[in-house]
Amino acid sequence: MLLSDKDRIFTNLYGIHDWALAGARARGDWDGTKAILTMGPDWIIDQVKASGLRGRGGAGFPTGLKWSFMPKSVGERPHYLVVNADEGEPGTCKDRDMMRNDPHKLLEGCLIAGFAMHAHAAYIYIRGEFYREAERLEAAIVQAEEAGLLGDDACGSGWPFRVYVHRGAGAYICGEETALIQSLEGKKGQPRLKPPFPAGVGLYGCPTTVNNVESIAVVPTILRRGAEWFAGIGREKNTGTKVFCISGHVNTPCNVEEAMSIPLRTLIETHAGGVRGGWDNLLAVIPGGASVPLIPKDICDDVLMDFDSLRDVKSGLGTAAVMVMDKSTDVVAAIARLSDFYQHESCGQCTPCREGCGWMARVMHRLVTGDADIEEIDILEDVTRQVEGHTICALGDAAAWPIQGLIRHFRPELERRIRARKGSSGPVQVPTAAE
Amino acid sequence: MSAAPKTIPGAANTPFAFTAENQVEAERIFAKYPVARARSAILPLLDLAQRQEGWVSRAVVEAVASMTKVAPIMVWEVATFYTMYNLEPIGRFHVEVCTNLPCWLRGSEDVVRAARDVFGVEIGQTSADGLVTLSQAECLGACVNAPMLQIGDDYYEDLDYDRAKALFTAMKQGRHVNGGSQAGRRCSAPMGDLTSLTTDPTTPEGGRWTAESSPAAGGGADGPR
Repeated sequence: MLLSDKDRIFTNLYGIHDWALAGARARGDWDGTKAILTMGPDWIIDQVKASGLRGRGGAGFPTGLKWSFMPKSVGERPHYLVVNADEGEPGTCKDRDMMRNDPHKLLEGCLIAGFAMHAHAAYIYIRGEFYREAERLEAAIVQAEEAGLLGDDACGSGWPFRVYVHRGAGAYICGEETALIQSLEGKKGQPRLKPPFPAGVGLYGCPTTVNNVESIAVVPTILRRGAEWFAGIGREKNTGTKVFCISGHVNTPCNVEEAMSIPLRTLIETHAGGVRGGWDNLLAVIPGGASVPLIPKDICDDVLMDFDSLRDVKSGLGTAAVMVMDKSTDVVAAIARLSDFYQHESCGQCTPCREGCGWMARVMHRLVTGDADIEEIDILEDVTRQVEGHTICALGDAAAWPIQGLIRHFRPELERRIRARKGSSGPVQVPTAAE
Repeated sequence: MSAAPKTIPGAANTPFAFTAENQVEAERIFAKYPVARARSAILPLLDLAQRQEGWVSRAVVEAVASMTKVAPIMVWEVATFYTMYNLEPIGRFHVEVCTNLPCWLRGSEDVVRAARDVFGVEIGQTSADGLVTLSQAECLGACVNAPMLQIGDDYYEDLDYDRAKALFTAMKQGRHVNGGSQAGRRCSAPMGDLTSLTTDPTTPEGGRWTAESSPAAGGGADGPR
């Protein structure tokens, strides 16, 4: 069932209305925040758990559970909330619209989440290129402080709480939570080994929780409408609303907030004007940002857009960035472009990723023109398995998965190119054991 | 990451100091972090210095190191790690065209071609008149408005060859063009009729409602005014 406006959270996603405090309050932001805080941290965390909210940054880890990992009381070290606004996963552009058009939802969410985790400060780590969005957030913070919603006595709750904006400087890897913390500390964004996890040793060595913008921004609305409302949308373990980014070969690319578990085809045809040239002109979709394996049309026909449904078809919901490719697409070149991206963005810390990303990209480019031997497809697949799971962070996995998806679903196309090239430059060479 | 010099290049005798105005901004930046964590200010201070100087010189690195009380090499390794710091002077405008997958699917190659045609430069080059440096950017996070590019602090979205050419021609003629969609779209809304968010958001039907069971019901001290 399609979501109705009544159940949408980001009611100014398109910036049609006033982003500023007066407009935000008219849309219900900051309604009864003090009364929510009065219920106490445990109640807030229990409600978030009951809502079934899973992290919106890609991994889908239950948000309430993550919050519960923070120490129950504050010791010598202060607690921090860090908001991951380093939105850089190719295809993903949802946090940007939330921050520039609905900034007060994020700020109110920071207060409630921070309070629930006994933090007095939140840092919003926003990618450096989002300069205008950072300006907007800074302006919204000033408005909230002047209105007493943030500051020494946030919303009259007696809880001091401040939000700070920290701009990154152009590094995809800083979207990984420990690299983000390193970067926030003024260092190179190279991920840290876990454990210790940030909830124990995070920013400045203090207990820290890092959450995606959307995960935090939906919390105030969940607490106002009730956990059961949120849990009633979507499917079991895949609950709530989700902002999808639909890009590529559709007639009207857009962001849209829809119910979790909406069929992919319905999503594209209802909100993005359908696939260019019609549904039958569809080749494949990357359903969750560049890191997840593509799915060919026959899977797209009836797959649901949620964590578990996409996992079952060996892909993933990721950031819910839907990249649509029609039949005019050179799908091998498309994946090769992503391999270039991962080579560029590897932080260089772990050998399998640093060396593997370059190696995989070079082979991918030869596969685009067919300048390879058939058995190199299996060698490439094998190398992706050697990178996957053998690095500190998930960038190595992210570089491996798109290639695995390509080989899984388009091996005949890879072989066709290799044969065609060999055919055009002399007799087909059949590899033998002696070679 | 592009190949970085092995040592901090440039003579240290090009002096650098923040302007009085930027000194005030630097203080505002420092105030965001605990006193003992001044190092956190390295990224924003490098950005501030680049806004003033146009690039990050050796003198900038040393000044930021001094302000944050760390060794210059620790600032240098930050400056070389992140792509937004220019380690050498660039053109007056930095045109960064996203060529990642969502933009590529919708014709980023045409945008690069338009830049080549108007400015006579390839990716990585600065035009002879010093007006423009053309770069290839990785995903800039505006994918439903692809193809797009960034100039300075602004995004220019929903481009094609003709729109990109018009933008570049205006730059060459010294005319300002506002950022945002160059096709008249509002943010990330679909072109044409809206498929969502058509109801007044200040009404319950439009999404402003609170469940009776919520503690927030009835407003409270900071409720509706």
